[in-house]
Parts: sequence; structure tokens; C-alpha cells
Amino acid sequence: MTAYECLLAARAPGRPTASEYLSGLFTDFLEMHGDRRFGDDRAVIAGIARLGKRPVTVIALEKGGDTADKVKRNFGSAHPEGYRKALRQMKLAEKFHRPVICIVDTVGAYSGIGAEERGQGQAIAENLMEMMGLKTPVISLFIGEGGSGGALALAVADEVWMMEHSVYSVISPEGCASILWKDASRTQEACECLKMTAQDLCFLGVAERIIGEENGEFEKVYAVLRRELSRKLGELEALPVETLLERRYQKFRKVGAREE
Amino acid sequence: MLSKELFKKPKNQLEHAETVLPDPRKDGAEEPCLACPACKKVLFENDLERELFVCEHCGHHFRVGPRRRIGWIVDPGTFTEHDAGLLSENLIGFPGYEEKLAAAHKKSGEADGVLTGTAKIGGFPCAVFAMDPDFMMGSMGTVVGEKITRLFEYATREGLPVIGFTVSGGARMQEGILSLMQMAKTSGAVRRHSDAGLLYVAVLTDPTTGGVTASFAMEADVTLAEPRALIGFAGPRVIEQTTRQTLPEGFQRAEFLLEKGFVDKIVDRRKQRMYLHTLLFLHGREETL
Repeated sequence: MTAYECLLAARAPGRPTASEYLSGLFTDFLEMHGDRRFGDDRAVIAGIARLGKRPVTVIALEKGGDTADKVKRNFGSAHPEGYRKALRQMKLAEKFHRPVICIVDTVGAYSGIGAEERGQGQAIAENLMEMMGLKTPVISLFIGEGGSGGALALAVADEVWMMEHSVYSVISPEGCASILWKDASRTQEACECLKMTAQDLCFLGVAERIIGEENGEFEKVYAVLRRELSRKLGELEALPVETLLERRYQKFRKVGAREE
Repeated sequence: MLSKELFKKPKNQLEHAETVLPDPRKDGAEEPCLACPACKKVLFENDLERELFVCEHCGHHFRVGPRRRIGWIVDPGTFTEHDAGLLSENLIGFPGYEEKLAAAHKKSGEADGVLTGTAKIGGFPCAVFAMDPDFMMGSMGTVVGEKITRLFEYATREGLPVIGFTVSGGARMQEGILSLMQMAKTSGAVRRHSDAGLLYVAVLTDPTTGGVTASFAMEADVTLAEPRALIGFAGPRVIEQTTRQTLPEGFQRAEFLLEKGFVDKIVDRRKQRMYLHTLLFLHGREETL
């Protein structure tokens, strides 16, 4: 598949969104609402659930199913309160020694007047800084689109896993094309330039793992994910907290590091 | 015949801003005078120099390069540059990046988008960085991320406060996902510096947007801004296109952020040195030599 074909697959109607992963992977999910500061951002679903026997905190960017749901979810573009709600749940996960699983699917953080008034940049920055020191394992799973800072705010993780046809990039290919060539129709070329596929990200050391999509049989995918997530969480939980945090720091530290 | 301009997208404040003034290091003929882009009054070069490139009539703060800026803030002769040899490479084979870099080197006279080092301010040792609006609008690629990270790591080891001046269009598209990762990397280094109980002061200058706002620009203990500086996550044009709303006057300006609670203080450039000196004094890290 070319990068553009991956992008189309990642955006294809009918592709499972975060809610479907939530019911496919976890049991006893209890959703927790609100950031305690401004409101409840429905683009972010957060709560506590079980993965196998293990209690976990789950935070997901949800694009929405039908049209009404998409509108309610703001098409998966979170406002600052969405990121603050996520952070609140992460801090609770740390307190109760639960690992965190983030499910990422977003075009990007919302670009609007209210989002700016309430500090979109500050909200994302705070998540990056807090996640870097969060004393519990974090795994981020990209299931569709990973759009820039709005995706990274849920992806300062010990492991980043990509679904086979998911993408993750610094800017949307449309945005890239319109800046570079003043022509948004050259999206296809931009996709290739940005190195946004799961293979590219593993090659560049940004993602650790690609999860096969079993030709669209997602029940099989969920079974693999349940097993592999449990196994990886077991490994990460076995590490002393200092080692876990040092490993997380170095994972990002080495991207673009230079020899003198 | 109709002008092509008629069909162009509306321009935003970022696009028709004045060019940055030449750095004193560079040679070349200098204009004896110029018109203030805000109030249109004529300003003479010597007066501008004396006023630290602030319009004496209306207070407009011109964009300036990092050497000039650091020169105004630190004690004369105390600045030692770090990592001057780090140069950007076309890591993901992005078309046209080499040409962009060459043009940016030529325009700015700098190696990349940020100048870092150590210096003293009123006798207080500190680590300093200043971004360069003339180098691809201070965009953050791996070299900017690496230099900022190294500076914070150095400051953490040496127990130094960090004073940083931001100006940036955001993450550098030409380095793709590697640029995005610099947001996490720099945030990690800021976090460790903070955990060590050390002071970080950010001074946000026009414009500070995108991935830099969403990382180290908004992670300081004390966040200052220059008057009227544009500060935001999304750029104004993107917001207008997304929302199809006209943005209110003063939106995303420093004064707006102050009102909304995202900066501690707006400090006129001509008072910044004294302000920073007082801040360092209050954080009690006086030279003990």
C-alpha cells in the first residue's frame, strides 16, 4: 500500500473507531467524564476498565459513528478540556497504580476560537510534560489518523503501536500540500513526503510495533491486541519506576540526537 | 484585466509582517530610516537601536534575530555559545529541503533556528536560548529540538536557571514526524530541569505558534510576553478556515493571553533585562564566587 492508500484506509467509512476497540478489548468499562475545570469534551472517552484480569485506565480519541455522534464528538478533534480530562485520568491511574492505554484517532487538536481562548497549546504542552514523568506504564495505540500535536498529547508513551493502515504525521497531508505547493489537491504527493505510514514510523524509531488488520476481521485483531497488550503491560510493570521513566525519556531523547 | 490577487486567500497577520531587521554581525548597507509598520511614522536607525527596536511613537516591537536579543539581555562579554556546529540534514528526503535550508542560512546568518548558550544576567549565571525568526520562522526540526534539549540537560547538571525567547511558526514540516517528536523530547528535558527545582522563564515573542507553543513555550515557571506578540496553537488563517468566523480584534495577541490567564506578565523589551534580573534575584541564585 502507498502512503496515500493508507491514509484513505485510515479514514475509510466503516473502519472501527475507538468505541469499537473499547468494547472489543476491555470489560467492565466505566466511563468518567469531565476535566473539573471547564466541561466534558466528548471527543475524548476516558475511564477505567479491565484488560483480562488487569484494571487499566483507558483514554481514547473518538471520531464518532453516525452523523449525530460525529457532531457530538467534534469528529475526534479535542478541545483543551479533552486533553485536561485525559490528564486527570492519567494522574488517577498513577495514584492507583493502573497502567494507561491510549487509543489515538484524530485529524488533530481542534483549531477554533474557544480552543485558543482556553489554551489549546498549554493543554497539550502540559500533557507532554506530565506524561514524560507519569509513574505508570503507558501504551498508545494508533488506530486511524494521528494528527500532529493533538495525537502526541496522548502518545508520550513507553510503546507506540500502529494498526497496519494507521498514519501519524506532523501536519495533515492536505495542510502540507497547501503550504508547500499552495495546492491542497496534491495530497497524494504530500503523503509520500511526510513519511507517515506504520512502516515509516517503525523505521524512524517513532513506533515500536505494527498490528496486522487480519483483512478487516477485527474480532481476530482484538484477540491479538488483548493478548499482546497484556503481555507488554506485564513486562513494563516488572520494571522499576526509575527504569521505566528513563526508558521513556530515552525513547524520545534519541529521535534526532546528534553525535558531536 | 483583473488582478490575480483578487482570488488569493485572505492574508493573516503572520504573512504580511515586516521582515526581520539585519543582525549587527552581518555586513551590508543599512537603511538610515524606515517606517514603523504599525503607526507608519518614520524611525531613524540610530533611534531604533537605542530603543532596542521598539517604535518610540507607538511601542511596536520589531522582530529581531537571536544574537541581537541575547546581546541586550546578558552582561556584556559573558555569552558562551553552545552546539554552534549542529546543522540540519534532510533526514527524510523531503523535496526541496536543502534549498530551504540554504536560503535560511543566507537570510539569517545562523546555523539553525535557535541560538543557545550560557551567560550572566546582572551577575547571575544562567542558560539562555533565543529562536530565530529569520531561519524558516524559527520552525522546530531535530536541530532546534536537540539544542534546546541539550541546553536544559546542561542547565540541570549545572544547576542553572534557563531564560528562553521563543519565536516560531511551529514544528518543521520538512522533517516530518521527527519534528513532532521534538515536542516530546524538549518537554522531557524541561520536566527534568523542573524536577531538579530549577527556574525556567519563557519570553514569548511575535509570533509563537504551533508545536513550540504546545511544548516548551508553555512549560515555564514564569511566562512573559512582548506587547502585541501573536501567541497561539493554530495560526489565525487556519482558525478562520476551520470555523468560517472572522476573528475578533486582538485575538491571540499577548494582551488576550494575559486576560485569559496564560501569561504572567507582558514586559516591554526595554524593561526585560531589569525584569529578568529581579526574577533571578528573587529565585536566589546569586553568583557565589
